[in-house]
Amino acid sequence: MTQPIAVQAPSPDRPGFARSLIGTKVVMAVTGVILFLFVVGHLLGNLKLFEGPEKFNAYAEGLRTVGAPFFGRELLLWVARIVLLVALLAHIWAAVETARASWRARPIGYRRLEAVETTYAARTMRWGGVLILVYVTYHLLDFTFGRVNPSFIPGDVYHNVVASFRVWPVVVAYTAAMIVLGLHVYHGTWSALQTLGLNRPPTGRWRRGVAAAVALAIAGGYVAIPVAVLAGIVR
Amino acid sequence: MNVTLHVWRQASPRATGAFVRYEVPDVSPDMSFLEVLDVLNQQLISRREEPIAFDHDCREGICGACGMVINGRPHGPQRATTACQLHMRHFPDGVELWIEPWRARAFALIKDLVVDRSALDRIIQAGGFITERTGSAPEANSILVPKRDADLAMDAAACIGCGACVAACPNASAMLFVAAKASHLGLLPQGQPERNDRVMKLVAQMDAEGFGACTNHGECMAACPKDISIDFIARLNRDYLKATLAPRPQAKEFTGAA
Amino acid sequence: MELRSKVPAAPLERKWERHRTDIKLVNPANKLKYHIIVVGSGLAGASAAASLAELGYNVSCFCFQDSPRRAHSIAAQGGINAAKNYQNDGDSVFRLFYDTIKGGDFRAREANVYRLAEVSARIIDQCVAQGVPFAREYGGLLANRSFGGVQVSRTFYARGQTGQQLLLGAYQALARQIGSGKVTMFPRTEMLDVVVLDGQARGIVIRDLVSGKVTSYVADAVVLATGGYANVYYLSTNAKGCNVTAIWRAYKRGAALANPCFTQIHPTCIPPSGEHQSKLTLMSESLRNDGRIWVPKRKGDTRPPNEIPEDERDYYLERLYPSYGNLAPRDIASRRAKQVCDEGRGVGPGGNGVYLDFRDAIRRLGRRVIAERYGNLFEMYQRITGENPFEVPMRIYPAPHYTMGGLWVDYNLMSTIPGLYVIGEANFSDHGANRLGASALMQGLADGYFVLPYTIGDYLAQAKLSKVDVDHAAFRRTEAEVADRVTKLLSVNGRRSVDTFHRELGLLVWDRCGLSRNAQGLQGAIEKIRALREEFWTDVYVGGRGEDLNQALEHAGRVADFLEFAELMCHDALHREESCGCHFREEHQTPDGEPQRDDERFGYVAAWEFTGLGNTPTLYKEPLEFEAVQPAQRSYK
Ligand SMILES: Cc1cc2nc3c(=O)[nH]c(=O)nc-3n(C[C@H](O)[C@H](O)[C@H](O)COP(=O)(O)OP(=O)(O)OC[C@H]3O[C@@H](n4cnc5c(N)ncnc54)[C@H](O)[C@@H]3O)c2cc1C
Ligand code: HEM
Ligand code: HEM
Ligand code: SF4
Ligand code: F3S
Ligand code: FES
Repeated sequence: MTQPIAVQAPSPDRPGFARSLIGTKVVMAVTGVILFLFVVGHLLGNLKLFEGPEKFNAYAEGLRTVGAPFFGRELLLWVARIVLLVALLAHIWAAVETARASWRARPIGYRRLEAVETTYAARTMRWGGVLILVYVTYHLLDFTFGRVNPSFIPGDVYHNVVASFRVWPVVVAYTAAMIVLGLHVYHGTWSALQTLGLNRPPTGRWRRGVAAAVALAIAGGYVAIPVAVLAGIVR
Repeated sequence: MNVTLHVWRQASPRATGAFVRYEVPDVSPDMSFLEVLDVLNQQLISRREEPIAFDHDCREGICGACGMVINGRPHGPQRATTACQLHMRHFPDGVELWIEPWRARAFALIKDLVVDRSALDRIIQAGGFITERTGSAPEANSILVPKRDADLAMDAAACIGCGACVAACPNASAMLFVAAKASHLGLLPQGQPERNDRVMKLVAQMDAEGFGACTNHGECMAACPKDISIDFIARLNRDYLKATLAPRPQAKEFTGAA
Repeated sequence: MELRSKVPAAPLERKWERHRTDIKLVNPANKLKYHIIVVGSGLAGASAAASLAELGYNVSCFCFQDSPRRAHSIAAQGGINAAKNYQNDGDSVFRLFYDTIKGGDFRAREANVYRLAEVSARIIDQCVAQGVPFAREYGGLLANRSFGGVQVSRTFYARGQTGQQLLLGAYQALARQIGSGKVTMFPRTEMLDVVVLDGQARGIVIRDLVSGKVTSYVADAVVLATGGYANVYYLSTNAKGCNVTAIWRAYKRGAALANPCFTQIHPTCIPPSGEHQSKLTLMSESLRNDGRIWVPKRKGDTRPPNEIPEDERDYYLERLYPSYGNLAPRDIASRRAKQVCDEGRGVGPGGNGVYLDFRDAIRRLGRRVIAERYGNLFEMYQRITGENPFEVPMRIYPAPHYTMGGLWVDYNLMSTIPGLYVIGEANFSDHGANRLGASALMQGLADGYFVLPYTIGDYLAQAKLSKVDVDHAAFRRTEAEVADRVTKLLSVNGRRSVDTFHRELGLLVWDRCGLSRNAQGLQGAIEKIRALREEFWTDVYVGGRGEDLNQALEHAGRVADFLEFAELMCHDALHREESCGCHFREEHQTPDGEPQRDDERFGYVAAWEFTGLGNTPTLYKEPLEFEAVQPAQRSYK
């Protein structure tokens, strides 16, 4: 005899959205997109490095004084930081939730399960995420708090960056991190479109290509900087 | 041709299982995979050993009863093909095959390759239907259905409920199965009145059964014997979002209190 | 025992309406008190269980698969008939009725067939409302195709998966009732006996196929919707699990079994490829709409089909039946195929096959249209044979497919045991001696949605039902008998596997009681079947335990019943000294090899009563009167 259905499904006015795994995924997608936007913006900002110390430092300073005199110094920056932090935490929460659900869903694994459709990027999302987290921590200590920066001069952002990227192991680490990020963003972008239900056929096909292009641009753009510094193009 | 099988044998849910190695000599390339298991079982019986238990019925790829993981591929390596329709001519002579049951918490193992898929039935019971009382239907042609919609609905309705999507999914998620049902009914005019409720009930039951979260790997589609596309998963996500955001008109409730 | 068909006295076209107004109703409050058992979750069972629950009855539904959705109805491909006349080609309730009666070679009960045609239209409405994605035209209206044995286009279809879609509709209606608690579903259970108490069917005994436990369930009425018994031939188009057990048990408890020898051999199946063959695959008859059937004119012509020139091909159906051609009814198409093969003109390995050629259709309509119509059938064929029907013609051969025979039922679908109803393929059905394509789905759903829910109330409203529970002696006794039989099967512990017995029996009945039959062959068959049964009970080896999932044991029980049933089938074939529909007695044919009916002597339904194993059963005759149609020599020329 089949047991009666496990739950009395929610009545329409209590969807329990975030409770459902799809809801969790949507949170992940939305926060993912926010993080993604930051990464893009941040990249554009960082590319000013090629325009020399004055321009770049001015930009860094600019970040702190946007909205002035109307808003106080660093006010909007903090708003942005808080948004980012919340998004990141929510994103991680969602990632952990879904990951745990999935691990619970298959207590006994296969001897072997062949991968046909899926990509390396998709399979490494979880670890990739963690690595990104590690990277960001290091990165903050490097440029924001200056703890691990060879010669940190508060305010001279340009100097800090160049100082750091003169050390080749740092460059290697950054490059590696950017590759990880690229993979994450590659599956992330496509996956987010799917999760948010924006993958409508027939367009669904080329979206993979777009995701790849975006990921490549981001990773490439970011890698360009440390490499340029090490190569002495930027000094 | 000769075939070597490593089959997962497990006497009961609680017993510990293991792969057992079997040699099946002179297999005909025209045999279906299940017929190889038949032949093997006849050998086992003649040796007074327990035959291998596996679900099967129609052997035409339509009932959804059969299903096992063959060399890491649910229903075997041939795309859009059930295990019962998989023919040996697709394997080289002397091939070595590892046979495992569907593995998911929601699919409790019963014996050998037989698992309990009633979770899928309970999902349908929760809302995978159009509420229609026998005899109350209007004349069939009074509601037009654009051919495109009917055809797309049919693509989704082709699901045979075999559970291979769950078996193939790295997250043991049942999204493709649920997406197929939600899309089949959601694409037809007859399915509109309950569309939002339906999607939410299906999803709630899917979670309650302990399936994993879809992270868009697409393995389900690759394993699906009916080649059901993950575009339907995007559609399900979309419908679920709509359903949760959609305003829900609430009529007055009469409590009976004067 | 007497056969009272209970056909209402009224003009044909008013009988059903009159009956519906005459029969007793159970008032809504009382419905909640009644408990009905439905065995089977196919089109008939699922639709009945759902509809009864909707009415308020408490229903328990049983099936041996792991899910009700896997019932064998799922495999139906071609389509379902209905007298909608959407094509404006002159279809009507009467024409559908007439085609069915004629197709059945005037061996069906007029009143039932007319009712079937009458409700057919509502079935389509019902299914569309449930969300069955029938094929549509560009304007959004329902599409139709034509099917064998008729000249109008009245068949509704959903790609090549009509049965699947109809069953999913019924299954979803059933699921809704299970979810709401009105139906309790018992999958992976096999019914092994009916419990008859004070002459009424009051419950069943089942074996839980997972735990092996034998238990009984009480009810106020029992409905059997357990499908057909074509697996008596071992190789058939039926699913492996299809069996005669349920109706055979009922027969042994006193229900009359009618026309068991009326078994349909389907013309378009994929020929067996060797010893290992475990079942045969049907290629939907709808293929005959565009495919042309032929064999080489010359015996033993081994050239590849595409190298055989037009004038050396024999399109024998078009030649013999100009007006129907390749759409001649199944029995004729099958018999002719066997004939040309017996003449040594068969094609493919072993020469048991004829070509079904789409070359001309592809030329006429283009590859796209053909792919659109038959795409998934072509794929299925290629998957199994490794040949591509777009390039080389299909090879087809007849295979056992459907069984018109079954438990005898009256106009209310009640068997000769009060309270025991039989619906779908399991009853002796409205198809007489031969079923037309796309009519079984129609009948299963008509029975389940629109007939049984009315007629069962008539019984419940009047029956005197004593209060009983499973501790009643009758239940305990039946339970014990079932349990004994299981242990007996396990304890024979002989040398031969169940499967070998089934194969041997299948081959025997295929030769002697298949496409064509003769007195001598049938007498011999009966002897052989008895001997084989003997051997089975002394030399079968089942293995495993009873308290466990034991598929060999399930099979053993079914084969044991087939071994008893096959004897009755041959006996019935032997007694019917005429040819009609699928029942072709070589002694009775016209000079040009068409079946020779004998309405004087055999214009009746043969209903058999069990008189103990090995004894000749008692024959009861339900005479067939025809008011609306005049039995004519069937001609499709
Ligand atoms: C390959 C194929 C194609 C077909 N195509 C068409 C077509 O195109 N058009 C058409 O009209 N007809 C077609 N038919 C015929 C039609 O499908 C069947 O006649 C019809 O589906 C029978 O339905 P049913 O509900 O009576 O029985 P089934 O669908 O066979 O259901 C039988 C049910 O009874 C249960 N059962 C059986 N025995 C027991 C037992 N002992 N204990 C418990 N449960 C039991 C089973 O679990 C199952 O649920 C086709 C048949 C085949 C084989
Ligand atoms: C810092 C820690 C991070 C963790 C632990 C993490 C983890 C994850 C995980 C597990 C997923 C789900 C995989 C999937 O949906 O297929 C995911 C998705 C995603 N991540 Fe991250 N990620 C992190 C950071 C980031 C960052 C910095 C970005 C921005 C570039 C990002 C963007 C995305 C996007 C867009 C998705 C897709 C969401 C979806 O498909 O639902 N993630 N992330
Ligand atoms: C080579 C690539 C990069 C360079 C050169 C770079 C440079 C910098 C610099 C100079 C700062 C300090 C800004 C300031 O204090 O004014 C900074 C801050 C930051 N960077 Fe990067 N960055 C890089 C890549 C990344 C990536 C890939 C991420 C995220 C995935 C990231 C996330 C951050 C964050 C979160 C901060 C803190 C912003 C804040 O002040 O709130 N950076 N980066
Ligand atoms: S979606 Fe495909 S794989 Fe999943 S149950 Fe349905 S048919 Fe099987
Ligand atoms: S494989 Fe699994 S992750 Fe989603 S796309 Fe398919 S369900
Ligand atoms: S046995 Fe029915 S799908 Fe394989």
